[in-house]
Amino acid sequence: MSPPSPPALNLRDRVVRVSGFGMVSNSDGYLFRPTSVAEIVQIFELARQAGRQILLRGAGRTYGDGNIGAECLLVEFSRMNRILSWDPATGLIDCEAGVTIEDLWRHILEDGYWPPVVSGTMTPQLGGALGMNIHGKNNYCTGTLGEQVVELRVLLTNGEMLTLTPQDDYFHDFISTAGLLGVIVGAKLRMKRIDSGDLRVFANTPRNWDEQIATFERFEHESDYMVSWIDCFARGDQAGRGQFHAAWYIHERFEASLRPDHQDLPDTIMGLVPKSVVWRFLKPLNNRFGMRFLNWAKDFAGKTLGNEKIHHQSLVGFSFLLDYVPNWRRAYLPGGFIQYQSFVPKEHAKRVFSRQVELQQEAGLVSFLGVMKRHRPDNFLFSHAVDGYSMALDFKVTKRNWKRLEALCHQMNELVLEAGGKFYFAKDSTLRPQDVRRWLGSNLDRFFALKSNLDPDNLLTSDLARRLKLG
Amino acid sequence: MGKKAIVIGASSGIGRELVLQLARDGATVAAVARRTDRLNEIAAQYPGKILVFTHDVLNNQEVPGLFAEIAKTLGGLDMVIYNSGVMPEVGPSEFNFDKDKLMVDVNVLGAIAWLNEAANRFAQVKAGTIIGIGSVAGDRGRAGQPVYNMSKAALASYLESLRNRLHKLGVKVVTIKPGPTATEMTEHLKMRGMMDPAKVAQITLRKAGKSGEYYVKFSHHLIFAIIRRIPSLIFRRLPL
Repeated sequence: MSPPSPPALNLRDRVVRVSGFGMVSNSDGYLFRPTSVAEIVQIFELARQAGRQILLRGAGRTYGDGNIGAECLLVEFSRMNRILSWDPATGLIDCEAGVTIEDLWRHILEDGYWPPVVSGTMTPQLGGALGMNIHGKNNYCTGTLGEQVVELRVLLTNGEMLTLTPQDDYFHDFISTAGLLGVIVGAKLRMKRIDSGDLRVFANTPRNWDEQIATFERFEHESDYMVSWIDCFARGDQAGRGQFHAAWYIHERFEASLRPDHQDLPDTIMGLVPKSVVWRFLKPLNNRFGMRFLNWAKDFAGKTLGNEKIHHQSLVGFSFLLDYVPNWRRAYLPGGFIQYQSFVPKEHAKRVFSRQVELQQEAGLVSFLGVMKRHRPDNFLFSHAVDGYSMALDFKVTKRNWKRLEALCHQMNELVLEAGGKFYFAKDSTLRPQDVRRWLGSNLDRFFALKSNLDPDNLLTSDLARRLKLG
Repeated sequence: MGKKAIVIGASSGIGRELVLQLARDGATVAAVARRTDRLNEIAAQYPGKILVFTHDVLNNQEVPGLFAEIAKTLGGLDMVIYNSGVMPEVGPSEFNFDKDKLMVDVNVLGAIAWLNEAANRFAQVKAGTIIGIGSVAGDRGRAGQPVYNMSKAALASYLESLRNRLHKLGVKVVTIKPGPTATEMTEHLKMRGMMDPAKVAQITLRKAGKSGEYYVKFSHHLIFAIIRRIPSLIFRRLPL
């Protein structure tokens, strides 16, 4: 039987404006929400008929322009969100691309499992998360999400379906390449067995860069998660101060903690203030004076409350900090914000990150939030991870500061590249094609060879890909 | 990030100035008009920033396809300005249907064809600015130019309706009502003290940020507030 012919192309009534998670970049496209692989194949045909390119968009959590595509057909996966199989005996789950991390943990938790790699928010969809190859606070010991996949299903733009295992040639190419080589339509992943829905969490407050690195080194061989907040306003011998957390799975069986209601985040702060309004209180503080104060207050609280102590925290509470305050990013409007994350080998991390913070202070463009994590290398084509550290920085964007901010990021990029560091397309807004060439080297040549082979019509793109001349 | 704009009626006068000023300010502009040679000459001043699209607004069946093509070429759309307009010389006792139809076709139906497309798109993306270049001539039905006056009144009324439809969706709709401006269209009027099209364009773009109906000269607010209130019995006797 021949495939159904594509529906008549009426783009006029499908136009939508979408933005990156940072709300700095936005563009218009034509929305399609397929329910099956067959419908995606029809969209390929429509794109060819219309002479347009296609943007694959997950939950829209990429901060910059990797999830927007001007005048593209936007293929969004929220209706391909079925969990196809789940086997508590083996811990293997088979999902469509539109399944979110929240869908995943809610489905498996009561059987004593947890997704081994999660991002700072539970909203990303699996397809997008694999496209960017997300990592969590346990990257140094568990690797990226791609490393948890045992079977990957990819649709090529010629309509061919590939089913790949980690031993197959293209497996490490489709994961991490931001949806530019093929469409990840589903995957089977191995989940992590857990006994408790809580973690044991240790907190302390490194006072400078040396103490930050030393604290990570102290815990890197024995902890399950590590993350540290950095106060980018601190100077001199206080530079690099922050609050470090290490966490461990608890191996005593605690059934009650494996229920979703134990995990659900509270709707209010201290039972009083609805979280839904918190961003409105943050907005007046969302400037360099307010954020300098908040960073100082956080540091002060860290030093005085719970320092060097261990407490228990739910997996959801520890993992999904970005979901704590609904709509927090609206505090950055009207200009939005960018997140800048660079990955630096461990031997250069202190020098590069401390200089990045100095450059921010010199430019008068200090990041309102700094977060440091430990990583390990992997084999994916556009791998961002190194045997070292990353620092993620949130910068408020205004009409007046954008050019200066871009220049600052270019300076910071240079430090990273000189140190043999890497970048992450999920967090990028400022890289240039020459930076990507220096970062990816021969992997970029392989990407272009694959692109011309697997997507010869160059159907798959994004504004990020256009900016970086990748598609 | 530069804006993306379409100016219809871009080959001369206010439209030409709008295109040049938008490009100067960093926008990418689709310049739409009949006269390709004129458009090419304008585009040469800002290579890559001004894109030429030849189109006669009388061919309004072309508009949906051309609108989509322009949006695709520009990589999006933030602003659409309808500036096309004709005002053929009409004698004091002349009633010429061909001239009148041309004015309705260009000044009203052309505007509706383009701005309906813009309204449909901007309503869906919940952003964007629509600007129509009207005229003070639409404020009263004067003896000299019955259909021109009617066409500009119709345009203003249409734009007001769009404004009322779209304001909740974040779409700005702006009506600009210049007085007599020194353009090819008004050459035959042989008037003195006409406005400079560059100045009109500058004020138009300044008003683009806020929905509403605007005169270009401050004095026009007062003058036309009075003119609009003159009783018809008196108005028909005035040499206006």
